[in-house]
Amino acid sequence: MKTSECDVVIVGVGGQGVILISDVIGRAAVKAGKPVRGAETHGMAQRGGSVINHTRIGCSFSPMVASGKADVLLALEPAEALRFSHFLAPHGVALVNTLPVHPITVTTGKAIYPPLEEILLPIKSLCRFLRPIDATALAKQAGTAQAMNVVMLGALSKYIPLSEDLLLQALAEVVSPKFLQANAKAFLLGKAEVESDS
Amino acid sequence: MREYLLGNVAIARGLLEAGAGVVAGYPGTPSSEIIEALADLKGNLPVHLEWSVNEKVALEVAAGASWTGARAAATMKHVGLNVAADPFMTLAYLGVGAGLLVICADDPFCHSSQNEQDSRRYAQFSSIPCLDPADPQEARDMTVFGFELSERLNVPVMLRPTTRVSHARADVECALPKMRTQKGQFIKNPARRVALPSHARPLHAELIKKQALMEEALESAPWNRLSLNGKEGVIASGIAGLYVEEAISDLDLDISFLRIGTYPVPSKLIGRILEHVSRVLVVEELEPVVEEQVERLARKINPDVEIMGKGDYIPRDGELDFLAVRNALSRMRGLAQTPPVCVPAAEKILPPRPPALCPGCSHRATYYAMRKAFGKKAIYPSDIGCYTMAVGMGTVDTCLCMGASITLASGIRFGGESEGICCSLGDSTFLHGGMTGLLNAAYNKARITVTILDNSTTAMTGHQPHPGTGVTATGDKSVQISLAALAKALGAGLVETVDPNDLGKSIEAFREAKAYPGLSVIIAHQPCVIKSRRAGVKRKSFSVGSDCTGCKTCIEFGCPAIEFEEKKARINALCTGCGVCAQICPSTAILEVV
Repeated sequence: MKTSECDVVIVGVGGQGVILISDVIGRAAVKAGKPVRGAETHGMAQRGGSVINHTRIGCSFSPMVASGKADVLLALEPAEALRFSHFLAPHGVALVNTLPVHPITVTTGKAIYPPLEEILLPIKSLCRFLRPIDATALAKQAGTAQAMNVVMLGALSKYIPLSEDLLLQALAEVVSPKFLQANAKAFLLGKAEVESDS
Repeated sequence: MREYLLGNVAIARGLLEAGAGVVAGYPGTPSSEIIEALADLKGNLPVHLEWSVNEKVALEVAAGASWTGARAAATMKHVGLNVAADPFMTLAYLGVGAGLLVICADDPFCHSSQNEQDSRRYAQFSSIPCLDPADPQEARDMTVFGFELSERLNVPVMLRPTTRVSHARADVECALPKMRTQKGQFIKNPARRVALPSHARPLHAELIKKQALMEEALESAPWNRLSLNGKEGVIASGIAGLYVEEAISDLDLDISFLRIGTYPVPSKLIGRILEHVSRVLVVEELEPVVEEQVERLARKINPDVEIMGKGDYIPRDGELDFLAVRNALSRMRGLAQTPPVCVPAAEKILPPRPPALCPGCSHRATYYAMRKAFGKKAIYPSDIGCYTMAVGMGTVDTCLCMGASITLASGIRFGGESEGICCSLGDSTFLHGGMTGLLNAAYNKARITVTILDNSTTAMTGHQPHPGTGVTATGDKSVQISLAALAKALGAGLVETVDPNDLGKSIEAFREAKAYPGLSVIIAHQPCVIKSRRAGVKRKSFSVGSDCTGCKTCIEFGCPAIEFEEKKARINALCTGCGVCAQICPSTAILEVV
């Protein structure tokens, strides 16, 4: 029996705005009258480390998505997409921002950052559909590179059971009015980017 | 009204809805957001909020308030309760005035902690009730209920969320804050407030008698739910109850199920499921607290029942998840288990991304200067804070508990170590648990150097203020304690304050401390880079010029703003302009961007 309407795993690097995406989804879900659960990374791991957020729409159980059960993996950074790809369900979709953020192990020459194709290939074999997105470029187009996370949220909106209207209402609640216009534009650019995908 | 709330915010809402008058705590992941949320939410409500100097202080302040008629709570992480254990154990004897809640957030899997102790054991140890929420809604509801229970039974009550509750979000039904209009008055009653031996003896007997009342009061609590179905059963507590519920639903099992959310455990409900089933699986995180009670009750009620749990089906360490619990249930039923998905490529090709000190963090500079002066052979006891992440720099040789850097350093000296000993701890950690250690080192003549990494905040847990910042939890101005004057007053012979971003002077100060024939203190003062950035401090960034020889001296410094590309160093956009790498470069190739 299905225990969640839609399970989303959002990953990235501390500071990229992973929590904001989940906050918008959660608020929109409450507006839609759906139960919703989320689990966040706080504390020590945030300092430049890998960050993971679980968001379960239409779910009243625990806040964590199980291994092999995510309907969507939303990755703000390619290496983090692969690191958490074990969450993907075989029917799942992976949306991956293509701009790498090099970890300290790479900048100090202790490890090598693999080429993008090498990162994406194993993810493809785990899920139904992988979609690389140059979200940082689209965010710049919207007015600020900081809105990369909102571009990804726009792309995600195609795959979650929440209306664009409610998501934009929730977005307006969490971003400062000064940046709302750029963020709303970022959302629409992200959505348009995946519009013709299957 | 339903809102999407973080577990800790739901607890804060519960505190306001219950009309709490005093909330005191010390920051610690995963508990810190409770007081932060209260500071945001309190508005004009008459609530005294404080970041206390440590957890013992917080619990004592809360107890005093409770005895004066204000509902009160102390917040802390699990290891904080070790610090507060002294008042915690005796408060159970003395009882409360208005309701008193000890909110103690556990961290199974040590996400941000030095151990994963199970605080339910502490509640059992002190003989007080413990409420073990499974999600943010339960956390909010139990907060309100906890005060009523505390008042009804005249004992403190523990609320014990775990990381997956405190840092979970969910749609939560909340109400409006309540004002309690009670005149605060301390009523003298030595028999209940003065723990003399002659008072303590009858109070202990009374506490033991109360155990039955506690069980009775909790037996029918809404968080203890029994459904009798098939002849096999599961008993689960806290968040494990949710994993079990999901697994039963996913596997579509006909199984009897008891969910437990309160301690002492509901013996009657456990008795009913034990009478009904022939086999039972106990699912709980960490310690076998419920399992031991189930075994005890089974001996009386149904000695033939097969009890499965810790060691075999359920691990005693780490945190549980849906898959682990689903597999335990599958195994009990003889069904196929599902291994977790494994992606070999991820292990093979991915560079690790460990948490690290921030670009421009002054701790890195301090440790660099310390090692330059004290050398490779010196011993470097360290402490709890961001700086523990510098373990790769060779200046973190120990990390035990808050403030232990100084006392371990003293013990290492008295134990016979003859090399230089330079320990380090943060400003907040020093004020929390380091002052007594420094006093002890002075009094007992420990020849060590103590470094206070003073970034003027409690950085690791989210930048909470402390007495050294001159600001309170609610943002009000207060007395600002001088660390240098404090170190002097505690008996340090040499006290020197340096700016760690000035490398030359810092190394010189550390050399002087190393040569000093007594107890020396170096205060490395530079505000946290994250706080400075938020405060709008802007410094010119640095770049690598053509003189770079590719020697990698700056790379070894380990700042995330410095990269190595095509045999030369390069400074990326993360540069905060601290300028320390420019002072390290042997070819003076790193220059300020003009």
